[in-house]
Amino acid sequence: MELDPVLLSRIQFAFVVSFHAIFPVFTIGLAAFIAYLEALLYRTRNPVYEELARFWTKVFAVVFGMGVVSGIVMAFQFGTNWSAFSYASANFLGPVLSYEVVTAFFLEAVFLGVLLFGRNKVPPGTHLFAACMVAVGTFISSFWILSANSWMQTPAGVELQDGIFQMTSWGEAIFNPSFGLRFLHFALAAFLTAGFVVLGISAWYLRKGKATTSSRKALSMTVVLMAVLAPTQLVVGDLHGLDTFEHQPEKVAAMEGIWETQEGAPLLLFAIPSQRGERNYLEIGIPKGASLILTHELDGEVPGLKEWAPEDRPHVPTVFWSFRIMVGLGLLMIIAALAGLVQLLRGKLYDSPRLLKLYTWMIPAPFVAVLAGWFVTEVGRQPWLVHGIMRVEEGITPSLTGGMALFTLIGFVLVYAVVFLAGVYYLSRVMKSGPESFTRESEESGVAKRPLSTVDTSFEDQPWDLPGKR
Amino acid sequence: MELIDLTMIWILILGFGVLMYVLMDGFDLGVGILFPFAPSDRARDDMMNSVAPVWDGNETWLLLGGAGLLAAFPLVYTVFLPALYIGVFLLLAGLIFRGIAFEFRFKANRSRYLWDHSFNIGSTVAAFAQGAVVGAYIQGFETEGFQYVGGPFDWLTPFTIMTGLGVVTGYALLGATWTILKTEGETQAWAWRITPWLLAGMLAFFVVVSVWTPLANERVFNRWFDNAHILWIFPLATLLVCWWLYSAIRRRLEGTPFVATMTLFVLFYIGLLISMWPYAVPPEHTFWDAASDPGSQLFLLLGFLFVIPFVLGYTAWTYWIFRGKVSSDAGYH
Repeated sequence: MELDPVLLSRIQFAFVVSFHAIFPVFTIGLAAFIAYLEALLYRTRNPVYEELARFWTKVFAVVFGMGVVSGIVMAFQFGTNWSAFSYASANFLGPVLSYEVVTAFFLEAVFLGVLLFGRNKVPPGTHLFAACMVAVGTFISSFWILSANSWMQTPAGVELQDGIFQMTSWGEAIFNPSFGLRFLHFALAAFLTAGFVVLGISAWYLRKGKATTSSRKALSMTVVLMAVLAPTQLVVGDLHGLDTFEHQPEKVAAMEGIWETQEGAPLLLFAIPSQRGERNYLEIGIPKGASLILTHELDGEVPGLKEWAPEDRPHVPTVFWSFRIMVGLGLLMIIAALAGLVQLLRGKLYDSPRLLKLYTWMIPAPFVAVLAGWFVTEVGRQPWLVHGIMRVEEGITPSLTGGMALFTLIGFVLVYAVVFLAGVYYLSRVMKSGPESFTRESEESGVAKRPLSTVDTSFEDQPWDLPGKR
Repeated sequence: MELIDLTMIWILILGFGVLMYVLMDGFDLGVGILFPFAPSDRARDDMMNSVAPVWDGNETWLLLGGAGLLAAFPLVYTVFLPALYIGVFLLLAGLIFRGIAFEFRFKANRSRYLWDHSFNIGSTVAAFAQGAVVGAYIQGFETEGFQYVGGPFDWLTPFTIMTGLGVVTGYALLGATWTILKTEGETQAWAWRITPWLLAGMLAFFVVVSVWTPLANERVFNRWFDNAHILWIFPLATLLVCWWLYSAIRRRLEGTPFVATMTLFVLFYIGLLISMWPYAVPPEHTFWDAASDPGSQLFLLLGFLFVIPFVLGYTAWTYWIFRGKVSSDAGYH
């Protein structure tokens, strides 16, 4: 069998970026949450905020560490596997990625150190400042990387001359048409991710009767925020979709599973799209729904996939189903958040075992939703690398063979499996030990200098922890 | 001709960035390379504690180098990485394994030895891969137009294996002199003992590579033997610094060996640039061929001039906070 370096490189990039993405999408929201807790602590001196801030900073450190090691790989993927693309787009991507390093990575690195280890070494105000800077750093980082990604979706401010993108306007390129809404959509997703993890963990502690005071506090704070943000995300997501409809209509056609250009296109709830058959099977839909959403008219015209040549269409089943998974989980989050708000207002949030259980079960939901969303936008961009200008196969490294790509793909899968299993195992131990174990006393007994090492939770069971010894 | 040669400025900036990376990550990789030879677990704890607060920041310079090359010299980025495809994978895998070893070793009990291996092998592989990159740079790349067209293992030759081992030894020397600076007791005594041997080893690699390079490469030969006799000041300075380092070890000066080793690396670095100048992707493409559009270079330069001083400031501040000896009782639990 002939190994296709393009396909293998695509799989490798998708794997590496998906694996990496789950960490920053969590830490961006969590950094802001921690900064908020630190601000509350600074103003009120209430120890419950300190307990929460300390605990979530530990979690943050673990996840951030995994994001860092998986992120280093990303900086080199562009060159190893996609050198033709890198060479063509270096005038824009080079400075953007470099700005991410100098304005975000260094900022995060400095102030993370102060946040993690400086609580007893710097004044409270400086510590709060450090927490804010880490949060700002994560946002600056996502600003640059989403600008680069959006530029690939809706290129602007450049001119292709002799196969090289030459800059015509930095402002238009950085703030390209899809950037604003994509950034907002992603930022909200980051907040929702962190929020639902906090909800799920706090709910779990409450059900176990652990760290009751701080968990109640975290739960009520987060429920209110989620009840605002989850519906907001629906609105922003809709605007982002309309924006995509304008710039990348074939992506929207794939999202909606519309093959024929039609007026009054239905909103499909279920269907099995067939790329080869150019049609859907087992359609269940709301008549005229898609037209109403996309054009705000019942009989508005929606272009179908057949407007584009078969080789210019994205893989419809992937885009179609990823979109439904994302929206479905988004609606679930809205319902769960609003139900929590109702219970909070009725004063029954802490005594709603089924809702608390739901929150705990929903911890993976935002991560799956974010990945599904990435699949929609990235697979939906195919077969283009830079939409409308450069195709994916044009961007591949010319000297790359299928065998080399397969070797590194397997290699990264194995390496990341080790990182992920060790990280998850360790994180679950941090979670199990709970906020109460991160008091001032227990922390001062150990001098920790590294993110993951700030927690005094042992990697394995201590001998005195073993069941037989109890 | 423009008023300012932006490409020259970028050679200086990225040259500085890569040097920062080599010096800073060099010593913490070196600590990893020396790890299995340390006299005790206690010594290993001390060694790891001494680099734990700073290694992450050190490694960020690698990212700066990568992204900076894409921005200012895209040809270097898009030829080196494909040409070194397998080597880059080994480098990244090595850095990941040593990175997570920092995080997990102090949490492990029964499995601690696994993280020791992970730290050691990861550091050694990463250092070797970096040395092989240097060797591959000297060797040159087979390009057509602006694309790499050579094979997947062109970078792995007896010569690059030699430079790879040379860098492993050199980083180990940096790690040993850093250990002298940051530790006391048996750990430091051990570091005093091994440093002269590592110096001798590195000097041997230096001589072999220095003789081999001009013999294998006519351009380098002409550079050194034509008539630029002033250049011979660098090998001479190298020998003097080696003597300075050796006498500092004999007199048991704690800080000098580390400074002297860093000076050696700066001299090697300058020597390398002299040999290769003005080629960014030898044997055909100069730095000016490899440069990106002046507009892009300028756009990024303005930001760098503003931000880099802050980065340097905080880096210095971190080292200041964690100055002094690592004390054993303040280690991890």
